[in-house]
Amino acid sequence: MRLEPIAAPSHARTLGLPALAIAATVLVAALLAALAGANPLQTFGLIVKGAVGSKFATLETLNRATPLIFTGLAVAVAFRAKLWNIGAEAQLYAGALVTVLIGTQMGLPGPLALPIMALAAVLAGALTLLGPVLLKTRLGVDEVVTTLLLNFIMALFISYLLEGPLKDPMGMGWPKSPALPRDARLPRIVEGLRLHWGFALALICAAGVWLIQTRTTLGYEIRAVGQNPQAARFAGIPVGRVLVKTALISGGLAALAGFSEVAGLKGNLTSDLSPGFGYTGIIVAMLALLHPLGVVVSALFVAGIFVGADSMSRAAEVPTYIADILLAAALLFMVLAILLTRFRVVRG
Amino acid sequence: MGPKDPARDETVLRLSGITKRFGALVANDEISFALAKGEVVALLGENGAGKTTLMNILFGHYTADEGTVEVFGAPLPPGQPGAALAAGVGMVHQHFTLADNMTVLENIQLGTEPLWRLGLGRSAARRRVARLAQDFGLAVDPDARVGTLSVGERQRVEILKALYREARILILDEPTAVLTPQEAEALFETLRKMVAQGLSVIFISHKLHEVMAISSRVLVLRHGRLVGEVATRDTDRHALATLMVGAEIAAPEPTQARPGAVLMTLDRVETPPRGNRPGLRGVDLALRAGQILGLAGVSGNGQGALADLISGLEGPIAGRLRVGEAEVTRWSPRAALAAGVGRIPEDRHKTGTIADFTLTENAVLESYARPPTANHGWMNWRAAREAAQEIIAKYDVRCPGPETRIRLLSGGNMQKLILGRVLEAAPRIILANQPVRGLDIGAVTYVQEQLIAARNAGAAVLLISEDLDEILTLSDVIRVISDGRLSPEFARGEKTAAELGQWMAGQGFDHAA
Ligand SMILES: Nc1ncnc2c1ncn2[C@@H]1O[C@H](COP(=O)(O)OP(=O)(O)OP(=O)(O)O)[C@@H](O)[C@H]1O
Ligand SMILES: [Mg+2]
Repeated sequence: MRLEPIAAPSHARTLGLPALAIAATVLVAALLAALAGANPLQTFGLIVKGAVGSKFATLETLNRATPLIFTGLAVAVAFRAKLWNIGAEAQLYAGALVTVLIGTQMGLPGPLALPIMALAAVLAGALTLLGPVLLKTRLGVDEVVTTLLLNFIMALFISYLLEGPLKDPMGMGWPKSPALPRDARLPRIVEGLRLHWGFALALICAAGVWLIQTRTTLGYEIRAVGQNPQAARFAGIPVGRVLVKTALISGGLAALAGFSEVAGLKGNLTSDLSPGFGYTGIIVAMLALLHPLGVVVSALFVAGIFVGADSMSRAAEVPTYIADILLAAALLFMVLAILLTRFRVVRG
Repeated sequence: MGPKDPARDETVLRLSGITKRFGALVANDEISFALAKGEVVALLGENGAGKTTLMNILFGHYTADEGTVEVFGAPLPPGQPGAALAAGVGMVHQHFTLADNMTVLENIQLGTEPLWRLGLGRSAARRRVARLAQDFGLAVDPDARVGTLSVGERQRVEILKALYREARILILDEPTAVLTPQEAEALFETLRKMVAQGLSVIFISHKLHEVMAISSRVLVLRHGRLVGEVATRDTDRHALATLMVGAEIAAPEPTQARPGAVLMTLDRVETPPRGNRPGLRGVDLALRAGQILGLAGVSGNGQGALADLISGLEGPIAGRLRVGEAEVTRWSPRAALAAGVGRIPEDRHKTGTIADFTLTENAVLESYARPPTANHGWMNWRAAREAAQEIIAKYDVRCPGPETRIRLLSGGNMQKLILGRVLEAAPRIILANQPVRGLDIGAVTYVQEQLIAARNAGAAVLLISEDLDEILTLSDVIRVISDGRLSPEFARGEKTAAELGQWMAGQGFDHAA
């Protein structure tokens, strides 16, 4: 068997295969639920209900989607330029750290606090990714390795800070930072509803990224560099500089996830602020085929599955990691579907 | 090897009423013909006439909208390259399809045997390959990595691969476009041996002298239709050219040059060697306004280094590069463009275009950052599309429209888009590196006329070509490159082709140095 490129894939392929991928995902999940001794249909019902079945559930899903939109966008922007940023997790924590530092230590006056915190977070995330990218453009060091390693370095660094200099003296010994003052917290979009402005900011960022990609010279450069760096360089596109700009945007977006989690939801920094939002962002971006508006949809989908699976496992005897399996299956089938829209398998 | 009458001889292949549409474009329009055992049929036609499409249908890459293919009397199921291979059809594509990081032997075995059995049966395979290589004069090291081979060698691997799969019919899509004349001659030897053993060949080329030399029958396609079929011995180059484009084509005849100021100077320039190819070794060169300087030479003698230098991809490691009077210090592709250097690159697929970008996006690749295409960092896609449309109309780029991905264009039409992109920027200095490779005769004449027109308008043109005829027709002055060094400047008509050939072989340099 071998793969053969298809010059012009038909609609049946480009639309049918992803649909098939979703069907296959559902099938696998149903099988697993059955294995766990539950009724598959009922399990799905519970997941859907847990994700969007009530106002509370829906708001929970939107809240959970917020950091995923940011990290998904971060990954999508970088991957477009074939810059393999696996370090959104580190950039998220960099953003969260700076948010807490400025929010708790500087005593900024009310209206200024949030914008400055957000900007500083963006800067911190951008700088976190800048190092690996300069190593790549200057010395040819593989960014997959460096960005991945930075995740662990950052996690250890945050642990150290939370056990030491940044530890909340009033925290009864828990490793967490002091809480942000009221002025430094993101307000709710509608009073009384548990949804903060971070979600709106995420939507604005998605629209912004979409504008950059389709309407600006930078977006054009990013696509050119990603698709054919040799031709891009020949045409006079400064490939290294474009990669650096891409990295600044990508790192900044990932850091906003940290900012919005701290300032919008948690109010302080703990070492379990992110249950792997940076990594899940990769799944979100891939499911969205790197399209920034698609990222919003796929982040909502992924968040819904997580939230729904949580609530389902409370109601039924099915463990929550069915959510992880569901996502992994969805990703695998989607990647396969994308491959098969562009190549066909032939014998001989 | 006279022309065969398919009705009398054994017919090995028969196409009946093949039609293929891409949207509104009819790429193949009811094409029927038969191929007999032991003959070479040449397929001629302008860029975009539908030759590659037809061969892709025959080979199963595309499915025809109408019509059937019969191989050895049995109908071929459409859209299955595996079936074509099994029936004995082999194809050497216009763009090679080998895996660079595998050895020659692995590439030949790849696809014939399941992946997990590649390692087994290797010695048997090796013996068979050696045998085929010897029988057909296809010398190549079976253990070399394909990535390290020259284009000529890669092509031999492609042919060996087809023969290894026991192809009885071989399709060659513009096999000589990237070969040196010597390599092309070797290929013809191989083809003659194959025909003598009863294989049949379909041969696509834009070079009429090759068609005359190798084929027994010529089929001519125009706008997707079969418009002519002649026995090679009953025709000649002129008649074929007329049949192909529907009108007589006169080769361009440059008027007397009026050279002006020196626009670019290389002064004892050195560049680093690349792999086993030389860099530039102490090169002096002056490009004058209103003059075409032709650079002759066997490929791999430093043409790439010189082209990269002038394109801005590389700076000199010693010596000086001047644009006008000013010495260049920060040299880059962007600096070159800003200095008015227009560049037609050698590799239009990898360097000249971005395959999955549309024609519009490719048309503005070098001007996207400036008005009217962009304003303060915002793209004006309407202006970009208009620029593309202008190039498409003015340079006769045959395509479904500006929003088509450029990978779907025929090679010649891709080149016309690049030419338009370069010339519309009104460059003062033009680097034309193999500008007519793979173009049909009409397009060749057109491109050459455009270069002459640019020269007449005062541009300095550096023409790099392996085709000595092209150099002799177009150049006002000629220099020869060999092993990274340049010969002295020869005026038009000063040296014969034979004398230039000696310089190309490296003779004369030591006296001149
Ligand atoms: N997959 C495709 N989708 C749309 N149009 C296509 C596709 N493949 C080819 N075409 C168009 O069909 C026409 C014929 O193309 P083809 O490649 O067969 O030309 P050709 O005769 O081989 O030209 P050349 O001599 O330049 O190689 C061209 O106009 C080309 O743009
Ligand atoms: Mg072709």
